[in-house]
Amino acid sequence: MTPPIFVADSISKKFVDGRPLQALLPVSFQIEAGEIVCLVGASGSGKSTLLRIMGGLMASDGGAMWFAGQPHRAPNPAIGFVFQKTNLMPWRTVLQNILLPIEVQQKKVKSVDQDRARALLGAMGLDGFEEAYPRQLSGGMNQRVVLARTLLQQPRLLLMDEPFGQLDALTRERLNLELLRLQAAERMTIFMVTHSITEAVLLADRIFVLSERPGRLAEPVVVGLPRPRTLAMINTPAFGAVALRIRALIGEHGEREAEPTRSGF
Amino acid sequence: MLYNMHEQIELRQPASASWRRWLRWLGGYLAALVAVGGGVLLWGWLVEWQQYPPFILPSPARVWQKLGEMAFAGDLWRHIGATLAAIAGGLALGLGAAFSLGYLLGKHPRLERLTAPYIVASQSIPIVAIAPLVVIWLGSGLASKVAVTALITFFPALVATVVGIRSVDPDLVDLMRSLRATRGQILWKLELPAALPIVLGGLKLSVTLAVVGAVVGEFMGASAGLGYLINLGRGILDTPLMFVAIGLLVGIAQTLYLTVVLLESRLLRWQR
Repeated sequence: MTPPIFVADSISKKFVDGRPLQALLPVSFQIEAGEIVCLVGASGSGKSTLLRIMGGLMASDGGAMWFAGQPHRAPNPAIGFVFQKTNLMPWRTVLQNILLPIEVQQKKVKSVDQDRARALLGAMGLDGFEEAYPRQLSGGMNQRVVLARTLLQQPRLLLMDEPFGQLDALTRERLNLELLRLQAAERMTIFMVTHSITEAVLLADRIFVLSERPGRLAEPVVVGLPRPRTLAMINTPAFGAVALRIRALIGEHGEREAEPTRSGF
Repeated sequence: MLYNMHEQIELRQPASASWRRWLRWLGGYLAALVAVGGGVLLWGWLVEWQQYPPFILPSPARVWQKLGEMAFAGDLWRHIGATLAAIAGGLALGLGAAFSLGYLLGKHPRLERLTAPYIVASQSIPIVAIAPLVVIWLGSGLASKVAVTALITFFPALVATVVGIRSVDPDLVDLMRSLRATRGQILWKLELPAALPIVLGGLKLSVTLAVVGAVVGEFMGASAGLGYLINLGRGILDTPLMFVAIGLLVGIAQTLYLTVVLLESRLLRWQR
C-alpha cells in the first residue's frame, strides 16, 4: 500500500488578538493519494484556518505535517490552492493570469507553457477568451480560470476553500462534475472545504466534520457511493443516508449552528 | 461542451463600439478647442470694446506678436529651458522620494504614525513661506527651484502611494505567497500594478503642482525662467511679456497633465 500523501499530526491554532481565541483544537488526519476529502463544519469552526495551515500560509501552534513523505511547513508548488474568492489579477488577461505561477517559478514562460495553457483553457470551455480581462467574464468563468491556473502547475494535492461558494447552484453543479472529471483524469488528490453537505457527498470519498470553535474533528465518514458520480445520485436513498449522517455529526457538535434561526430579532 | 451552451457570455465591448469611442474622444477634444477659441475671441472683443491700454490688458494679437519677437530674437528658449529644468528635477526628486517613502509607509503602518506629524506639518506651511528659506540655504540657482518643486510635488504622490499600496488585495498576496514568490516578484507583479490606478491619480495633482513650485522658486530670486519673466514684466510694466510667460506655463501644465492621462489610458486599459 502506498503511503498517505498528506499527514497532519495534532496541528492546532490559537489567535491572540486581545484575548486569546482557540480557533482549532489539535487535529490529526491522513489523506491518501488520489482521494477526494471534503471538510464540512459550521461557520467559525476553523475550516479556513486549517486549510491555510495545510497550505503553509499560516504557522501551526503545535504538531507537525508531512507532505509526500517530507516534513511540510512552508508553501509548496506541488500543493495547489484555490481560494474562496476568485483571486485573479484584474490587470492581467486570462492567459496571463493562468501563466502567473509559471512566471513566478521559472522566471520565464516558454512557448511550451503557452501551448499547454491554451490547451487547458480549451479543455475548460474558455476557448477564445485568452485575451479577455477577468472583469469581462462571469463569476463561473472566472472560477474556471482560477482552476485552470492551479491545474497548469500539475499539483499533487489540491486544497480548495469553498471554491464554488459564491456561484449559483447550476454553475456550481456543472463545475463539480467538471472537477470530478479532471480529478479522475489527472489522478489528483483533493482536499476541499465546503459548507454544502450535498456538494461534499457528491464529490468526496471521505468526509471530515469539524465541530464549532474550537474546531475538533469527528471520525471521518466514508461515502462509499460508486464512481463516476452523477447528479442523479443526489436523489438516491444511499446518498440521503450519508447526508443525514453528516448532518447528525454537525448537529452533535454544535446544534445552534446547524440551522440558523432569526427569531432573536 | 456542456457548460458552453449555458454560458455564452460575450465580451462587453462589441467591435463597433471601438470607433464610436474614438468619435467621442475626438468630440471631447473638439469641444476643448472650441472653448479655448471662444475664450480668446471674447478676450479680443473686450480689449477692442473697452480700449484698454496694453499695460492693463493687451490684445491677443499683441501677446502673440510679443511671443514671436521673443522666440526669434530674444532668449525665450533659455527661460523655458530653465523652468523645464526646475520642473523635471523637482519631479524626479519629489516623486522619487514620495514613491519610495510611500511604499515603506504603506507596508508599515507603525512607521506612518511615527512620521505623519512631520509630513502633515510640512504641508500645513504654505510653500511661499518656505521658499525664501530654501533660497537662503541653497542659493538662487537651479538647486533651490528643484527643491521647492520637489517639496510641493511630494505630498500628493506620497499619499497616493500609501493608499495605493494599502489597497492591494490580501487574497492576491496569499496567492503570491502560496506560489513562493520572492519579495521582488511581489513588488513587480502585484504591488506596483495594483497600486498604479491610485498612484496615477496622485501624479495628476503632482505634475500640475510642479509648475507652481518652479514659479514660486523663481519668484524668490532667479536670473532665468518663466517665473522670472513674470517678475520682470511686472517691474517694467510689460504686461504682454507677463501674458506670454503665463500662457507658456499653462501650456507646460497642460502637457504634463495630458501625459499622465495618456499614461493612464495605456496602462489601465484593463479597467475599461
